[in-house]
Amino acid sequence: MTETNGKVRLIEATGIFAGYGEVDILHGVSAYVFEGEMVAIIGPNGAGKSTLLRTMFGLLNVRQGSIVLKGNDVTNFRPDKLVLHGLGYVPQVDNVFPTLTIMENLEMGGFVREHGMRDRLDHVFRLFPDLAKRPGDKAGKLSGGQRQMLALGRALMLDPDVLLLDEPSASLSPKMVEMIFDRIKAINEGGTGILLVEQNAREALSVCHRGYVLAMGQNRLEGEASSLLHNEEVGKLYLGA
Amino acid sequence: MAAIEREATTFQFRDWQRRFGNFATGAGLWLLIIAFVIGAFIWERDGLVTGTVVGSLFALGAIGITLIYGILKFGHFAHGDSMMLSAYLAFMFLTGNIAGETQRSDVELLPFSASDLPGATTKIWEFSFGYSLLVAMGLAAILMAGFLIALDHAVYGPLRRRHSGIVTFSIASLGLALIIRSLMLFIWGSGPRFYSPGIREATELPFDIRILYDQIFILAMALVLMAAVYLLLYRTKLGKAMRAMADNAELARVSGINTDRTVTWTWAIAGALVAVAGVMLGLQTQLRPELGFIVILPLFASAILGGVGSPHGALAGGLIIGIVQETSVTSGILDSGYKFSVAAIVLVMVLLIRPTGLFGVPR
Amino acid sequence: MKRVSVESLVPTACVVVVTALILGISFEQTGDPERTLRFYVSFLSVATVLAIFALALNLQWGYTGVFNFGVAAFFLIGAYTAAIVTKEPDRTDFEEYIGGYGPDLDVAPFLATDQWFPFLVAVLVSGTVCGVLAFLLSFPTLRLREDYLAITMIGVAELTRRIAIEEQWLVNGTRNLGNIPGPFQNVLDINDYRYVFLAVAISFLLLVFFALERSVRSPWGRVLRALREDEMAAEASGKNVRAYRTQAFVLGAVIMGAGGAMYAFGARAIAPETFTHYFATFIIWTMVIVGGSGNNKGALLGAYVVWGFWQSTLLIQSYDLPDVVQVRIPFIRDMLLGLLIVLALLFMPHGLLPERARVSVWAERAARRVRPPPAGPAPPSAEPQEDKA
Repeated sequence: MTETNGKVRLIEATGIFAGYGEVDILHGVSAYVFEGEMVAIIGPNGAGKSTLLRTMFGLLNVRQGSIVLKGNDVTNFRPDKLVLHGLGYVPQVDNVFPTLTIMENLEMGGFVREHGMRDRLDHVFRLFPDLAKRPGDKAGKLSGGQRQMLALGRALMLDPDVLLLDEPSASLSPKMVEMIFDRIKAINEGGTGILLVEQNAREALSVCHRGYVLAMGQNRLEGEASSLLHNEEVGKLYLGA
Repeated sequence: MAAIEREATTFQFRDWQRRFGNFATGAGLWLLIIAFVIGAFIWERDGLVTGTVVGSLFALGAIGITLIYGILKFGHFAHGDSMMLSAYLAFMFLTGNIAGETQRSDVELLPFSASDLPGATTKIWEFSFGYSLLVAMGLAAILMAGFLIALDHAVYGPLRRRHSGIVTFSIASLGLALIIRSLMLFIWGSGPRFYSPGIREATELPFDIRILYDQIFILAMALVLMAAVYLLLYRTKLGKAMRAMADNAELARVSGINTDRTVTWTWAIAGALVAVAGVMLGLQTQLRPELGFIVILPLFASAILGGVGSPHGALAGGLIIGIVQETSVTSGILDSGYKFSVAAIVLVMVLLIRPTGLFGVPR
Repeated sequence: MKRVSVESLVPTACVVVVTALILGISFEQTGDPERTLRFYVSFLSVATVLAIFALALNLQWGYTGVFNFGVAAFFLIGAYTAAIVTKEPDRTDFEEYIGGYGPDLDVAPFLATDQWFPFLVAVLVSGTVCGVLAFLLSFPTLRLREDYLAITMIGVAELTRRIAIEEQWLVNGTRNLGNIPGPFQNVLDINDYRYVFLAVAISFLLLVFFALERSVRSPWGRVLRALREDEMAAEASGKNVRAYRTQAFVLGAVIMGAGGAMYAFGARAIAPETFTHYFATFIIWTMVIVGGSGNNKGALLGAYVVWGFWQSTLLIQSYDLPDVVQVRIPFIRDMLLGLLIVLALLFMPHGLLPERARVSVWAERAARRVRPPPAGPAPPSAEPQEDKA
């Protein structure tokens, strides 16, 4: 396991070059998450934040660079294999199965589980009691906040060590945003490492331990979330100060 | 300010209009269908019976089409010819014959056929066939499932990996349809074939309904298979994975579902369904290679009328198309040559009025 | 001297191979150069007429993205319309059909109008009828997704064929509608009509080709291509998407109608079974795809090569083969055609002549006058940033 100051790096992306088609979006980006950490990735639109997550989850080919998960090299592993290694991912949009019920959505999340489904479902319902109220409802009919909860719940069904979240607060009302981040914090306190991409930089940095600032497909800044929050450059550019 | 308010109310009205329009077309369509069926019951009972039988095998084929539409996102134009091929394969397993040098002289290809099994040709109950037909049908189903999976590996899979458009898939499946049809002509010739020559027993049900025993078998078979498909899709893990893939293939991958394996299973199921549908079609009418292409129209019309991607839609659509088709001919409104064109007309009407079909979700 | 690339060799090679096959096999069969030539002329005539369809389909699909799988409908209607316009009115018991305006169109006998005028009128009428049909069809169908449009058009084509078969009084039903006159049929001996027809057909093809090439480079043509690439962007630029697609669809249909008329004049006898889905729609699609969609020259090439391929397979039939195989040759040919398109889609999806961006006539001329700029230094590569951890 990669260790730094006695802390274990759960997932580590180093020098990633990746993109769609002929054009590279990421030009040598690096990021990592320690055990028990919540890390934010912020930056302007088009910086490659979502692309980084997708690459880390094997949805895009890594042209150069490496991804190490719990000490194992998983570069260019397929998503269905990464999931077995303890990596989870929640896309920004289209993150639930609309014609399936809440229960079926969660079952799909736990598809490759051999046992312990019942316990896992209980765990998810405890985290998101709203979902437990009417589990037979079709996911397409849920409100924005409920859908986001379901999306998170689906990813949690396999008890991942690290969760990659793509803009969990997108298109949610401020109250819902607060609730979602609260839930994410709870997930993190339960032992899951979190790497989240956020447009809502202020909110993200206020709940996370560390943060990366990405721009134009490259690392710009990195540091403790609190210092980034108070950083002038960051404040002007990304926090709308 | 007033202008904005007006905009807002117009928008609300339009939204209400859209949703009401949706409801209205759906309700209207259902009313039309119910009225039609009642009318058929009153005036064209024979057509209604034949239509229901034919419709149920359309439904079996249409379920395959709707599954492929939902999970693989394209219209499988080779489905009709696949149906006919299955019918011929069953014929071969039943009789062991392929076409000989002339139209009349069949050549025995298989040394041993299903009819050689002990007691296999003794008629079951009042049906026109023995269990040899069932054995042949089962073998055809297995072969067909394998065939479709092979097609996917050879053609559709590579096209998928290249992110080809709908158009490419459509043309490829039409090309494969041509190959399948010429294969049938090559092996079995162009003359019509029957599973069992000879008279088929009929019976009378209440309300003056005349029905062949064979047709009862077809209906029963279709019902059983339909129920099986429902159980599969809504009660089994595989079925839920299939529905999940139809909803969002990437999310399914992201959840760890092996999408390749799900696709293979989809083809296998479609193959089995198409085989039974083909044998039923052969039982109901006859085996002719051209039927394969012609039957595409009612199959697609059924799937689209019912709402693409919806299995109950395929069932409803199939029955309706079958009934409309048969009654329009028995009532003398249309000449029998136009029979399969009826499906085309219904299709155009559906696409005009309510393109999402009966059970489809309007986007 | 331009360097010859592998890509430009393949299309030429295909043409050469196909021509050699046709000429070679027919000469071997007949041993008679004149009969070989006659066969080649017939082959070329059909290829020319089908090329007209390929050009029209290319306009609809290749340039505008309208997935028309009902070419057979326009083919049939164009051919039959031309027949009933130019024939004499039905008098015999063998044929029953409407129309028959041939003699009425001989308006100026001193100008030998019976040799060319009825045919001109027929082509215009066929084109118009198909255009009107396409226009009417466009309302319900053009807003459909491609594969729904495909199945609808297949249905339309089948329905048209059904009507021709079922309604005996219309165009003689399943029986042949024969004795269709041909343009300039009295110029040469009746046995040499094929040469006259070939000349007429090629002239018409060239006319259509150049007209289409011009319109594709025009502002109208550019909008069509923008539509195909990105419909939403085109709409956002204020272009009425529906109108443009309808125009391309209708214009394509008009050309197809004219092509159908040409076919009638060449074949001199037609029947509904000629216009099946596979002969009158699918093979045209094969031509467009094999030749290269989005590309008028590709359509021409595709027509020649695919029809040549198809006719070559026919010649194999004339060899002395055992009956078992002999009887099955038509099916083997069909299989080969299906295989051709599947293999083309898998291995050569852009066709023999892939589309090159053609922006405008003016720009191309300007580019030809200006020499390309000298190659500059390579642009700086993106260096990865130092990790500021």
